[in-house]
Amino acid sequence: MASDGSNTSSSSSIIPDRKNIAQQRLRIIAGHLRKPDTDGGVEALGCSAQENRPGAATNKTTVPRRRQEVMKWNGWGYNDSRFFFNKKGLTELSGKRYRLSGLLMPHMSDWFTSTFGASLQHTSLATPTLDPSAVKPPFLNEAFMEDLKSTGLPFTTDPEDRVFRSHGHCLHEIFALREGKVGRVPDLVVWPNCHDDVVKIVDMACKHNVCLMPYGGGTSVSSALECPPEETRSIASLDTSQMNRILWIDEKNLTAHAEAGIVGQDLERLLGESGYCTGHEPDSMEFSSLGGWVATRASGMKKNVYGNIEDLLIHVKMVTPQGVVQKSCQVPRMSTGPDIHHFILGSEGTLGVITEVTIKIRPIPQHQKYGSVVFPNFEMGVACLREVARQRCAPASIRLMDNEQFKFGHALKPQVSSVFMSFLEGLKKFYITKVKGFDPEHICVATLLFEGDREKVLQHEKQVYGIAAKFGGLAAGEDNGHMGYMLTYVIAYLRDLGMDHFVIAESFETSVPWDRVLDVCRNVKERITRECKEKGVQFPAMSTCRVTQSYDSGACIYFYFAFNYRGLSNPVHVFEHVEHCARQEILANGGSLSHHHGVGKLRKAWLKETVSEVGLGMLKSVKDYVDPENIFGNRNLL
Amino acid sequence: MASKSLYSPMLKKRDDFEDMLEERRTSSDLKYAFKCYTPVLYKGMPPCKTTLLKSMVLHSDQLRYVVRQVSKDTGTAPVAVQEEASAILEEMAHRLQLGPVRFFAFTLTKAFKTLFRSICVNEEGLQRLQQVVQEHPVVLLPSHRSYMDFLLMSVILYTYDLPLPVIAAGMDFMGMKILGEMLRMSGAFFIRRSFGGDRLYWAVFSEYVKTMVRNGMAPMEFFLEGTRSRTCKSLTPKLGLLNIVMEPFLKGEVFDVSLVPVSISYERILEEALYARELLGVPKPKESTSGLFKARKVLSEDYGSIHVYFGQPVSVRSLAQGRVDRSQFTMQPRHIPSKPSEDTQSFVNDVAYRLVCAQEENMVLRPWVLLASLLLQGMALEELTQQAVWLRGLVREFGAFLHWPDDKPPSEVVSDSLSLHVGLVRVADGRVWLLLEGAAAEGPGPATPEERLLDVAVQVLSCASYRNQALHVFVRPALLATAVHSASSGKKEEVFHTFSFLRNMLANEFILCPGDFEEACQQLVRSGALQVSQQEVTAMDRGQPTLSFLMAMLDPFLQGYQVVCRYLCEEASEGLTEKQFVPAVRNFTVKLLLQGNLRYSEVLSSDLQKNALAALLRLGAVRRVNGGQQVTLKVDKLMVNSLEDTLGGKLPTQKCVLARL
Repeated sequence: MASDGSNTSSSSSIIPDRKNIAQQRLRIIAGHLRKPDTDGGVEALGCSAQENRPGAATNKTTVPRRRQEVMKWNGWGYNDSRFFFNKKGLTELSGKRYRLSGLLMPHMSDWFTSTFGASLQHTSLATPTLDPSAVKPPFLNEAFMEDLKSTGLPFTTDPEDRVFRSHGHCLHEIFALREGKVGRVPDLVVWPNCHDDVVKIVDMACKHNVCLMPYGGGTSVSSALECPPEETRSIASLDTSQMNRILWIDEKNLTAHAEAGIVGQDLERLLGESGYCTGHEPDSMEFSSLGGWVATRASGMKKNVYGNIEDLLIHVKMVTPQGVVQKSCQVPRMSTGPDIHHFILGSEGTLGVITEVTIKIRPIPQHQKYGSVVFPNFEMGVACLREVARQRCAPASIRLMDNEQFKFGHALKPQVSSVFMSFLEGLKKFYITKVKGFDPEHICVATLLFEGDREKVLQHEKQVYGIAAKFGGLAAGEDNGHMGYMLTYVIAYLRDLGMDHFVIAESFETSVPWDRVLDVCRNVKERITRECKEKGVQFPAMSTCRVTQSYDSGACIYFYFAFNYRGLSNPVHVFEHVEHCARQEILANGGSLSHHHGVGKLRKAWLKETVSEVGLGMLKSVKDYVDPENIFGNRNLL
Repeated sequence: MASKSLYSPMLKKRDDFEDMLEERRTSSDLKYAFKCYTPVLYKGMPPCKTTLLKSMVLHSDQLRYVVRQVSKDTGTAPVAVQEEASAILEEMAHRLQLGPVRFFAFTLTKAFKTLFRSICVNEEGLQRLQQVVQEHPVVLLPSHRSYMDFLLMSVILYTYDLPLPVIAAGMDFMGMKILGEMLRMSGAFFIRRSFGGDRLYWAVFSEYVKTMVRNGMAPMEFFLEGTRSRTCKSLTPKLGLLNIVMEPFLKGEVFDVSLVPVSISYERILEEALYARELLGVPKPKESTSGLFKARKVLSEDYGSIHVYFGQPVSVRSLAQGRVDRSQFTMQPRHIPSKPSEDTQSFVNDVAYRLVCAQEENMVLRPWVLLASLLLQGMALEELTQQAVWLRGLVREFGAFLHWPDDKPPSEVVSDSLSLHVGLVRVADGRVWLLLEGAAAEGPGPATPEERLLDVAVQVLSCASYRNQALHVFVRPALLATAVHSASSGKKEEVFHTFSFLRNMLANEFILCPGDFEEACQQLVRSGALQVSQQEVTAMDRGQPTLSFLMAMLDPFLQGYQVVCRYLCEEASEGLTEKQFVPAVRNFTVKLLLQGNLRYSEVLSSDLQKNALAALLRLGAVRRVNGGQQVTLKVDKLMVNSLEDTLGGKLPTQKCVLARL
């Protein structure tokens, strides 16, 4: 382990520009997040739980034990970053973290009011602080507490901490919090510092029959973190955020071994310092953790180059009530019966705690370039993506937004600083709509991200734009592409803005075969619109989608839907009904239950029809063997 | 089910009708024919060129797949098969153009104005249609009583600026040279009457229809009943086309498909006597243009009014909700043709029945329909008016769509109706007589008793065709009335069994659905004819007129079925072929009638005889045996005999037949 440090320094001296590229890239993707106060190299600390590390709270990493000090307790992301309408009615994003931070977005309020029939004057603000009396006092298992105290592991029963770990980011969860409503929450939160700590905690939980719920980044959108209300035992939330070190980097085999609690942005930043990256960038990467990715079968934006989490995973350690499960070697592939990794991938915290992961790494690419293409309509866009997939020449990322999202993206354009720029914008618009005859009501846009050597990128670009041209696509510049990806990171913040003005929104995803992409998009969008109308939503709902990933045989589709809930007596109920209908529509049209969000408790009613009765039985029998006492009792999946 | 309410008679608000001809009588027809026609379009898309449509069909995955299959199986070169497909499509495809429609609009309204007093269309229905054509692909499902139906539909849609439909028509129309092409240009496409085993034909045909539905190119129009009903009674629906138009929804290619039942009611049908002859075995004249001109005589007569009711659009999506698991269609590529699963088939079947019921419910009944029902039961003139008023009350009680001019005294309404149908009835000696055809025409009377009998039958069947228009109103209570009468006891269970037996027996004759029993009970309890408790069904004294009227209405059918059974038991030879069946039964019936052993000359109707046979085949009392070129009928005499006895009320229903059903 000691050699890690020298590895890092030697590699950075060999390829000096890698570090620069890394930093530049990080700026682009995630912005500077809490600038590291020290050098922040790869730490090779031993496990020192017994000392109850005083430094842990002021750890250099992003996530402190008391998350609420940095992150919103009832909304998305950082406390300092928030969208709001300023006095002039222009939209701003506070803080300094994002590319949009501090810029004025003049079109947003118009788009917002006209799309949702909302008014900036009508507000529905959240309860500012948590009322601790709303939280039931913890139900503690005394014997377990005694044992826990004797280990010296940090833990808390503070209501704020417990509430923070009682939810993910489903709309109904956030909506309740904004109203100050709190349901069943964990009775205590415990922070293990390393694998061995986890082993101890799991042992104690088994011994005293305490329910454990692993907690990584807390970005779940499947109700996976909700405490089952029927759970009568004491529930301990096991927060892995302090297990956040990269334990080693193996440059010969291009792998890195890290603790499971490390969040995406830290992993990329720390690897970047050595000139590497995993290339795994789910939209939640600022907050979601390595262990969480494995436990939910996550997918990253750039999977075309790097693969999804199951492709990246080399080795994983999971602590279960039966002991630790892991493979005996770190190999690229083996034929030893069903892959035990696939019991762990997507287990959603029902079998144990993922503690350490070996993941593939790659040198940071020399060059990165955004791009965009406008298509006359969505059908042409999909046809183009299909062709790109057929020719297997997809760039690191290629996404197609529909017309509604195209307009939405436009609404988020920051104020143009110079007259010249706005003139250019006008010219571009004139060219596309008047000269090329694209109908602004049907136009849609694909955003692209190329990675690799400068030359390869250029060549690749040429090929992709060539295909696009065959489907009527016009290159629309780097900026639009960049903006598109930006949107992904800020959209969750925007939901909070909407909720301040009676607009609720949610996203969900699915995967479908190519020949059904258009049908699923059309039918699901229409179903949402209709169900909203039927349920008494006054203003037409917004329902929009984009194709976010392409595969050889199909694609991943991401839907957003949002509506103005003024006048509804039970907006969450309406919302849940619509979401349910949308999922049924997806399944009826040949889509999957989930591409990467997972099942959790939100979608588990459909699991049986998805994997067949026998399939479900197989999963159940694994659970019965690994965790007969249901210590990992979050009741996801099954 | 959500859409059930659409059919509930209690909820129905009778819409206002507008006479389409009124404006035509006061303003220029030419101007009308050249009017600016700007229909609303599905999702605002401009209509698709017919050549583009054809190439879409020919290049579809579906067709290519079948072409490959056929080529592989027959050893023909794919190019040749593709060419064959192309020829099939050429023969089939419509060439909808506005010009010919304008021509028809011009000439037909001219004709309509002389033939009909009015053509009434429900405005609200048109508005609903206007709304729905913009949102979903629409399928128009008119009832089919006359050749006029589809031209009438097109003219109406043209008049009200609605998109012109594309109509599935039988190939026989194509025989009319010029007219066939004219029809093609006004939106008809032609399908062969039977192409059971021809995969390629089926593929071209179904893909052609689906392409139009999928892209919402034009409202698709076809007749659920498959052919004109010669009896004016709804025919049991054919499922082929309905299956096809629903497929794009079931396979997720469109969000929804709207089915719009349309009820076209004629006060007097142009083909009335023609149908009667046809039913009696005088073959129908082959459709030909010159034949149509010969029919000019009809132009000088008064045919009363037409009512066209555009029903509530029915969403296939809402019908399928909870009935069909659409994900079953996701397990194989959609272009590979596959037989629909059993649950899908039963779903389509139910939908078809529902739609026919919806057509029936919105049929407008004229006073004459009531008079015909009474006349067939034998009635004196002074009694007639009184009885008609009584029946009017009953019909309304049962929720029928009766168009009775309430502002006139009933006697005037009755005499008006009788005068419109001078060809059928005559008033003499204070009685109303059915007119014998021979007496109507000049010249010597018919020679033989058989010919005389047939002449009477023509008149009776014509008259019956009007009564039949009201059958859907009466058939459920009539079944119940008969069941109460012939059940061995007043136990509700017993009555239900008898009812079920009759319903099952007559399922090919009438449009019947499960749940009829309860509905019939409610109707008869409301009208005071029955008392129904948990256990018992009792006939009320004051309900006797109602009950006996209803039973008398059903009696000809029951007798007819018995005659068929009797024929099969007593006279049918071993090698009876299906072709011989109808003439043989007819001869048998004529004999019975002449002997005075049968009262109803209606039994001579080949429609009834065929339905009876279909029922027996369905019940397994008769089997089809494929013997070389001919299909022979194998009769299970024991079973047919016991069915006959049960129909005649000689056997309790439970023991004999139901046990076997």
